[in-house]
Amino acid sequence: MIARLIEGVSRRALVVMAALLVLLLAAPLFASDYLLTVLILILYFAYIGQAWNIMMGFAGQLSLGHALYVGLGAYTAAALYVHFGIGPWLGLLVAIPVAALAGAFIGFLAFRFKVGGVYFAILTIAVAEFARVGFDHLAWTNGSSGLFLPVAQYAHNDLWLLRGHPAMFYYILLAATVLAFIFCRALLQSRIGYFWLAIREDEEAARSVGIDAFRYKMIAVVISAGMTSFAGVIYAFYYNNLFPEQVFHISRSIEIILGPIVGGIGTLFGPILGAFVLTGLAEILTGALNTLGVDLPGAKQVFYGICLLLVIMALPDGIWPWLKRRLGLAEREP
Amino acid sequence: MSTLLKVDGISKRFRGLLAVDKLTFDVPKGGIFAVIGPNGAGKTTLFNMIAGVFAPDTGSITFDGERIENLPPDQICRRGIGRTFQIVRPFPALSVEDNVIVGALMRRHHVSGARAHAHEVLRRLDLYDKRAQRASSLTLPDRKRLEVARSLATGPKLLLLDEVMAGLRPTETDRIVSILKEINRESGLTILLIEHVMRAVMALAGRILVLHHGAAIAQGAPEDVVRDPAVIHSYLGAEDIG
Repeated sequence: MIARLIEGVSRRALVVMAALLVLLLAAPLFASDYLLTVLILILYFAYIGQAWNIMMGFAGQLSLGHALYVGLGAYTAAALYVHFGIGPWLGLLVAIPVAALAGAFIGFLAFRFKVGGVYFAILTIAVAEFARVGFDHLAWTNGSSGLFLPVAQYAHNDLWLLRGHPAMFYYILLAATVLAFIFCRALLQSRIGYFWLAIREDEEAARSVGIDAFRYKMIAVVISAGMTSFAGVIYAFYYNNLFPEQVFHISRSIEIILGPIVGGIGTLFGPILGAFVLTGLAEILTGALNTLGVDLPGAKQVFYGICLLLVIMALPDGIWPWLKRRLGLAEREP
Repeated sequence: MSTLLKVDGISKRFRGLLAVDKLTFDVPKGGIFAVIGPNGAGKTTLFNMIAGVFAPDTGSITFDGERIENLPPDQICRRGIGRTFQIVRPFPALSVEDNVIVGALMRRHHVSGARAHAHEVLRRLDLYDKRAQRASSLTLPDRKRLEVARSLATGPKLLLLDEVMAGLRPTETDRIVSILKEINRESGLTILLIEHVMRAVMALAGRILVLHHGAAIAQGAPEDVVRDPAVIHSYLGAEDIG
């Protein structure tokens, strides 16, 4: 099992990854409360970035509406908890199918009726916007006045109900990020991964070698949506409040895709690296501005814009492919 | 010889243009069959109908005893028809090996088995040493061979080759002709090719169909077809057919 997991990974890469994992495991022991919240945010984006990357990086389908799946996951689990006292892990069993179904709906519309490229991206935005407006008027989730979860007591951690200290959320997100990484790697090295890459590269050529493009694109969107909804559940129980205007907003969708773009679309480690670089640097910037006593609303967004610009100009494939070469971690030749 | 592919009265109209006009012909199992004709004769349209890119307006296509004219391309491939594209379309960012693995996975569920088969096919097409290169970095002749390799890896009974010799030097043409002949002889793979390079057509084809304005103007053995006055008039002209 483990032998299969690390097959084809160079020793150097294994050492680096193990060191990184140990560092991240130990982080809550020495990190300040503030640093911990930043790390939680980083892991949150590292996880969702990987989910988004399955659709865009592997199967080549640009989604600009992933906030939809975050929001559906968050609202489903939160509403089940608030109304029926159903815990988040059970709620997840509903949240994942709800998000996956929404993904399947969008995928079916788009792929069956040959809505591709930019038009597909617009469709994903549109459905997320529909959801935002819809949830604004949905009484069951308190509409635009927001859904609130009973606030946590930090005295003890309740892993089952996800009530407790941020460190608990940190470890959950760390586990999710690591599992997502392993899952993505397994996908990429399997038959389905090859078919996705073929579709991404040239759909017509992919069909000519027998690949049912519709089917495999559907699988990509369903997996990506389902995975993303888990992050939504964590979001709901971490922040304890949900507003449609925030959760489903297009800026949330854009935030999700920045990490993978900066880190390297279609690569395994890119989304994780991108989350560290972008969220990490943005928080350092905000912190520095605060200490200097400068109040610049929107500084973070400007920073994101500059990062994106620099990466697109200097490293259009993202930071990771470049860094991988510099570190000598490129995969062994077959 | 029994018939592998039976094209019966197919037509295709693009708005005002009748690209293929009630075309009928049979491709015998195990044979090499060439379709020639001037530009715009409807050769690629014919291929696209056989490969399922679009359905014919009229007529039927029967492959291995089964009607296929309304099937999509992926299902046609799964039934055993492989194809190349006139303008080559390998998966550019993937390695040569991965391109062929994608094809090999059509009839295999495990990547390791597909890789082994891909290596076999790559050796056969002289691409094994280049297997780690990105497809986009290959020269045109190599990319053409890669497309042949990719579709061969799907394990077809019928291979459709759309001008794989175009733009190749005579020595490269001879090389690919000999590879195709070998594969045809050893595995009994039926080949249907569109070709302008008469050197290759004469060397390969057991039978030739000449298309002009979407209709067949001649059909038969190569020696007979190239002496047909209608063919010389519409296509070959005064060209030396060697």
